[in-house]
Amino acid sequence: MIRLNNVHKSYGNGSNSLHVLKGIDLEIEQGEFVSIMGSSGSGKSTLLNILGILDNYDEGSYHLNGTLIKDMSEKQAARLRNELLGFVFQSFNLISFKNAMENVALPLYYQGVNRKKRNKIALEYLEKLGLLPWAHHMPNELSGGQKQRVAIARSLITRPKIIVADEPTGALDTSTSYEVMDILTKINNDGITVVIVTHEHDIAAMTQKIIRLKDGVIAEIIKNGELKEWKHQYNKELEIA
Amino acid sequence: MFDIDKWQEIFATIKKNKMRTFLTGFSVAWGIFMLMILLGAGNGLSNGVAENFMRDAVNAMWLWSGRTSMPYQGMKENRQIRFTNADYELIKHLEGVEFTSGRYYISGNRFAYGNESGEYTAVTCHPELKKVESIEIEKGRFINEIDILETRKSVVLGKDIYDALFKNKEAIGEYVRINNVPFKVVGICLEGGGTRHRNAYIPVTTGQKVFNGANRLHNFALTINANSIEESKAIEDRVRAALARKHKFDETDRAALGSYNKLENYLQTMRIFEAIKIFIWIIGAGTLIAGIVGVSNIMLIVVKERTKEIGIRKAIGASPASVVGLILLESILITTIAGYVGLVLGTGLMEGVNFFVEQQYAAAAAANSGNGETIFRNPTVDLNIAATATMLLVFAGAVAGYIPAKRAARIKPIVALRDE
Repeated sequence: MIRLNNVHKSYGNGSNSLHVLKGIDLEIEQGEFVSIMGSSGSGKSTLLNILGILDNYDEGSYHLNGTLIKDMSEKQAARLRNELLGFVFQSFNLISFKNAMENVALPLYYQGVNRKKRNKIALEYLEKLGLLPWAHHMPNELSGGQKQRVAIARSLITRPKIIVADEPTGALDTSTSYEVMDILTKINNDGITVVIVTHEHDIAAMTQKIIRLKDGVIAEIIKNGELKEWKHQYNKELEIA
Repeated sequence: MFDIDKWQEIFATIKKNKMRTFLTGFSVAWGIFMLMILLGAGNGLSNGVAENFMRDAVNAMWLWSGRTSMPYQGMKENRQIRFTNADYELIKHLEGVEFTSGRYYISGNRFAYGNESGEYTAVTCHPELKKVESIEIEKGRFINEIDILETRKSVVLGKDIYDALFKNKEAIGEYVRINNVPFKVVGICLEGGGTRHRNAYIPVTTGQKVFNGANRLHNFALTINANSIEESKAIEDRVRAALARKHKFDETDRAALGSYNKLENYLQTMRIFEAIKIFIWIIGAGTLIAGIVGVSNIMLIVVKERTKEIGIRKAIGASPASVVGLILLESILITTIAGYVGLVLGTGLMEGVNFFVEQQYAAAAAANSGNGETIFRNPTVDLNIAATATMLLVFAGAVAGYIPAKRAARIKPIVALRDE
């Protein structure tokens, strides 16, 4: 599904250049639930942006669903994002002057689905996420958790292969965070690959695979079976601290 | 090209962002509105003054004689110059002269009919005077050629004289006594563009005969054929030279022969109006530029404000072209509608002013027996100019929106979505 080969990325130019990703090799299979962790500045958001075709990279190769993603035109990238990917952001990024239903329906607008049909589909997705009564509310009339659920509905409406979530729980309290993670887990159970960036260990622990970044390289990958062990170790770390 | 869904999306955006829409629209509507008022007022002033000039034929010229002020060919100054009928024949056949009328003044004119009487001016003239001074006949006819040849005692009364003497009775065919000599009334007239109609016109030959004028004439009124100040001056000089040769005085002696060339004045005034028009256009262009800057400014802010929205749209699959299209179509739609509103309001106001001015004019005309006075008439703007100006603003708005929209569309969604 996702294959990264020696990916490099730097920001800026000349002497001010900041080398953020220093050769990332990574493979994520279809149906995996992966979290990317790391301290700030480790390059986790940059990695997620490259995975989401929101940003390009300098060196190496990135294959998504079998196609090489490199030097794409904006138009191609936009089409791929629309077809393959769904995005969930820390700050929700809903369009403030559109109501919940219209926000959810927007990706279908860019697929050329007519208004009536896309609003109907949007309502179905909102219903799935238990937001039907709020379908005609504006984003500023919704709570954080509700906003994030609207954003998740929006990311799902195009039936993407991959959901990319940047700190999806970063702006939420603990119980709402767990609710959102529950939803993401359910989505994953339907066979959609989910990649989240987080710096919260308990959130990361709910995923099947944790990728720890450190200074632009992958420090360790903790797989499903080792998670328990890792949890234990993490708890011990907490106790010491 | 026409995509209902796209327009629905645009209308939804406009409806939800009323303030932004209003600000963009207002600057365009205001620009067009001001332009309409400015150009309309300029046109109104120009039309009004041009109309005032129409009182006499614009190409009229008057000549009158006096005493010489400089010695000429051995003759002393202070010599009286007298025009005669021969001069009339001379001027009449000069090149560039259109219509000519000689005039002989009769002093102390007492007009009487029945028990009514009053002091008025009797102007003796040739039939051509009607054309030179734009005299309008209200009833009957003006002095004609046969009156001149047969020295008939005919008189054309000014409206004021008729009102005073006849008080709405039938006057044509009646006899009016001028200095106790009976004249038959053949017509009633109005002076072109004037407000007072206190002149009576009698044939010049009759005037000379009845009031002991022999072949003398006091002055000439004529019209000339000229299209420029230079041409009209040349004709004036030609007339002066001919008369100077005949009466033996220096042709530059303005005391011996006075002349007033209306065409020259008219053309000069029109030149001033050309200058005023240019000035108005400069201000108009300035207004338009201010409008363009206003629209551009707002479009820059709009795009800036929408950067995040653009980022979101791009992240969920909007192509750069669709983003630019969305912003551009919105701006064109708003500016077009606003421009049209400004156009309608501006035109409406000028039509309202026009209605008011015409009423004032009509009232003034009623009070002054058919001749109103105004310096402001028909303040309207050529619709082509207005439409062009509107299109220019719409175009400027589109360009001003296009550049930042293009830049915004090129921003990576990740930059646009970054939390501030």
